[in-house]
Amino acid sequence: MRKELIELRINGRADEVAIESSALLLDVLRQDLQLTGSKRGCDDSSCGACTVLVDGVAMMSCTLLAASCEGQEITTIEGVSEHGSLAAIQKAYGEWGGAQCGYCTPGFIMTVKSLLAENPDPSESDIRDALSSNLCRCTGYNQMYEAIRSAIAAERCAVTNSEHGK
Amino acid sequence: MVDAAEKTSGAGKYTDDLSVPGMLVGKILHSPYPHARIKRIDISRAEQLEGVITVVVGKDAPNPYGILPVGHDEHALALDKVRYVGDNVACVVAISEAIAEKALELIDVDYEVLPAYFDPEESMKASTDLIHDNKPNNLEKDYHHIFGDPDRGFAEADHVAEARFIANEVTHAAMEPHSTLAAFEIDPHTGKPGRLTVWSSTQVPYYLQHKLSLVLEMPMAQIRVIKPLVGGGFGGKSEVIPIEIIAAVAARKAQAPVKITYTREEVFWAHRGRPRTIIDLKTGVKNDGRITAVKARVVQDGGAYCSYGVVTILYSGALLGALYDIPNIQYDGYRVLTNKPACGAMRGHGTVNVRFAFESQLDELAAKVGMDPAEIRRRNLLQPPCITVNGLRVQSYGLPECIEKTVERSRWDERKGKLPRGRGLGIACSHYVSGAANSIIRSDMPHSTVNIKIDRDGGVVVYTGASEIGQGSDTMTAQIAAEVLGCSLSRVRVIAADTDLTPIDIGSYSSRVTFMAGNATLRAANEVKKLIAAAAAKKMNCQPDDLVFRDDVVGKREGRVGTAAIGRPAEQSSAATVSGRVEGQILRGSLQQKRKDDGPKDQMTFEEAVVAAIDFHGALTGTGSYAPPPEARGGKHKGAGVGPSPAYSYSAQVAEVSVDEETGEVTVHKVWAAHDCGRALNPVSVEGQIIGSVWMGMGQALTEEMVWKDGMLMNPGLLEYRSPSSVESPEVEPIIVESIDPEGPFGAKECSEGSLAATIPAIANAIYDAVGIRLHESPFTPERVLAALRSKKNAKALNLTEGVDPTSPKGFREHGGSLWFKGKGPERHPLDPSRHEPAGGAD
Repeated sequence: MRKELIELRINGRADEVAIESSALLLDVLRQDLQLTGSKRGCDDSSCGACTVLVDGVAMMSCTLLAASCEGQEITTIEGVSEHGSLAAIQKAYGEWGGAQCGYCTPGFIMTVKSLLAENPDPSESDIRDALSSNLCRCTGYNQMYEAIRSAIAAERCAVTNSEHGK
Repeated sequence: MVDAAEKTSGAGKYTDDLSVPGMLVGKILHSPYPHARIKRIDISRAEQLEGVITVVVGKDAPNPYGILPVGHDEHALALDKVRYVGDNVACVVAISEAIAEKALELIDVDYEVLPAYFDPEESMKASTDLIHDNKPNNLEKDYHHIFGDPDRGFAEADHVAEARFIANEVTHAAMEPHSTLAAFEIDPHTGKPGRLTVWSSTQVPYYLQHKLSLVLEMPMAQIRVIKPLVGGGFGGKSEVIPIEIIAAVAARKAQAPVKITYTREEVFWAHRGRPRTIIDLKTGVKNDGRITAVKARVVQDGGAYCSYGVVTILYSGALLGALYDIPNIQYDGYRVLTNKPACGAMRGHGTVNVRFAFESQLDELAAKVGMDPAEIRRRNLLQPPCITVNGLRVQSYGLPECIEKTVERSRWDERKGKLPRGRGLGIACSHYVSGAANSIIRSDMPHSTVNIKIDRDGGVVVYTGASEIGQGSDTMTAQIAAEVLGCSLSRVRVIAADTDLTPIDIGSYSSRVTFMAGNATLRAANEVKKLIAAAAAKKMNCQPDDLVFRDDVVGKREGRVGTAAIGRPAEQSSAATVSGRVEGQILRGSLQQKRKDDGPKDQMTFEEAVVAAIDFHGALTGTGSYAPPPEARGGKHKGAGVGPSPAYSYSAQVAEVSVDEETGEVTVHKVWAAHDCGRALNPVSVEGQIIGSVWMGMGQALTEEMVWKDGMLMNPGLLEYRSPSSVESPEVEPIIVESIDPEGPFGAKECSEGSLAATIPAIANAIYDAVGIRLHESPFTPERVLAALRSKKNAKALNLTEGVDPTSPKGFREHGGSLWFKGKGPERHPLDPSRHEPAGGAD
């Protein structure tokens, strides 16, 4: 199959890549752009380890044609860290045991990002519902809930502090 | 966790994230038949395809291997026979995955289909067309143990219960599919391909190095195995998986680096999970609740290769002991070969299914005796320190406290039996080894060795062969080193699981890492500490024993006003010495040290002490190793090597469930899980392991099951396999119990496996409490629950397994569909014993 040149906007940068029209976004991210943070855990949208944001919406990149994302803003786990530091949700996942083996973690963090963007104050059942798009085999999910609550509190604290000029 | 940032930022590299220049892709051709002889393989058409570099077949690496020395029955690729649907036949190496996949279709293989065996009890009757020629009756191994006098025990019993339990097959389904990258480098002396480097998703890098050396006929020293981040194992990566060997053989033949990563479906075929187990269990108790005897006959459907099978069947018998005081035990275990993917070690190796049967039956007996189920467990406690009737040494024993804590937190006494109909509570206990006291390769070598190096910068580097697979191995190692040396965690860097750099450690399995690698770390750190103390004591004019290492300060014990007195200056001085240090000062350290140290002082910073020690000794390194003590290595009977451990963890759990009698659906609302881990070195991590174990147990109890049809896996996908998502997962309240083991590092024992086994019977017992049915077959799917409810209503005995061929399921057992399975089952031999239906009848 002949390759075509397309432009993808990923984590705020424009990348030109030559791809076959059948190329999946996950493979382009991992193989062509070396953005290996998004993982492949299955081949059929079962596990969510490949979750990325496409125009802010959590999508599974393992079953998404890369060519269909031209002109859209793609955010991967590599785009979540802020100024070279961990974002609150990443820090909280690490501290509260939300990540054990870590393989599903990037996907979960993207799902949580999209949840919190839509609903900054989710209830326990909102969180459970949102996370059900992703699978984890290590944690039993319990410590993820604590991580998410702690990240929300940390974000809120940071906002309050910056409002007070600290 | 010391490795959290690389995981949460996506920066950490797992094997499939790695690439090296010139890397090729490997794809494997799998057998479409459960049992067949390979008459001919023609790879010529595949090799001619543009972009294909080479095609590897069995004769490219004919040496047999296997994880156990007694089970060398596997080959990288099939030599003359395939033994399960998914067995490895050939491997295409190409420049891209798409081309490799296309080439797979161009390989012509002529098979002669043989009769296949899917049910272990049928398979044991086989006399012809054996799965392995050297295993009569397709019996991998059987063991028959009698401890005490079971007949007398049953005669003394006031109540005896006897039943058949079945636990269906489950698999690890770790989130990271297996992946291996193999590359040869050119030998500078000969100019030919020399050393081999293998990056692999493994729990056992040193075993991999050993097996690679057997198959490739290379000295171990020429092979370097590196374990990058591993995305979960649960036992599925605790032995050498075919791709790990195939990738290396392919790299040799292709003369280029080759990476192979399994698809999710291939991961299911690679399997090595928990076998379908048939347990005929008989238990006798007296009216006071005391167990008098236990008799178990266990048949495991082991799949087509030995794998860890001999160990699994031994664990199933051995770990009947060491939880309760059982005076008389009879055990008959059969590990049977069948034409399905090989089973192996999975979290709670060998104990889980038997524990489900035992704890369910104990609950029935409590009802017969008229005793509270928690009480009957209290009546059968061991009195440690002791040696059980089957030779297991028990020292620390937190089970009584585990039972008390779960009973208290779940408000068992006030709520048990008093919940509305359809809702119930159940209790069960379990235990597990903290590492096996005897390694699978019999030798006197230490099970773990750790090296520590400290340099003039005050940085502590720990070299350990222990494999971090998500369970917290690296964090545990760093914490123990920091604790012993009294330095901050940020000083410690862990270099792990790289056979060129790190000393031998037999791997991350049987929950051995904290106990064994932890003890080795402790000893290595103590050795270094001794060197530092000797030098520092000289400077401070005191005895080394008078020194305390704490908060990055080495200080005199008597000079200590309070703990805070040492803590405070440490913060200041370390800030000054670490961040404010000018370039070059480190090397001039000793000179400055001399000037500063005109008079003896009461304390030194950690760095000053390190510099003094290096000046004094010339180098600052320490090593430590761990081998289990002889008295913990078990009895003398055949098979006594499996089961003994230096320490056992204990768990007690209460599950609260509700059962919908209309739909048969079971919901677990909450599990209270108390786990005796000796000492919790990292409480967040320990709680995470307890919750994860309980959760995985719940999956096996309610939904997870590998469904087979004529040797074909019908549900090789994470959704079809029904791994629970967040909405199906209960709240788990972990309760840490610390019994402080006399031999564990700081008293610690295992915490990652022992809790799993209690969850399944706790749920089964809670279902009984809720709706009065005893489920003897897991998972407790709505179909099984409804069938049991119906049979209870009709007061008819129902045996779901009688007359049902579990390997050729019809009706409710059939669900899901394979991506690979295109509407037609594999062709079957006309004499195939499992072919009950006339041709075309079943489909």
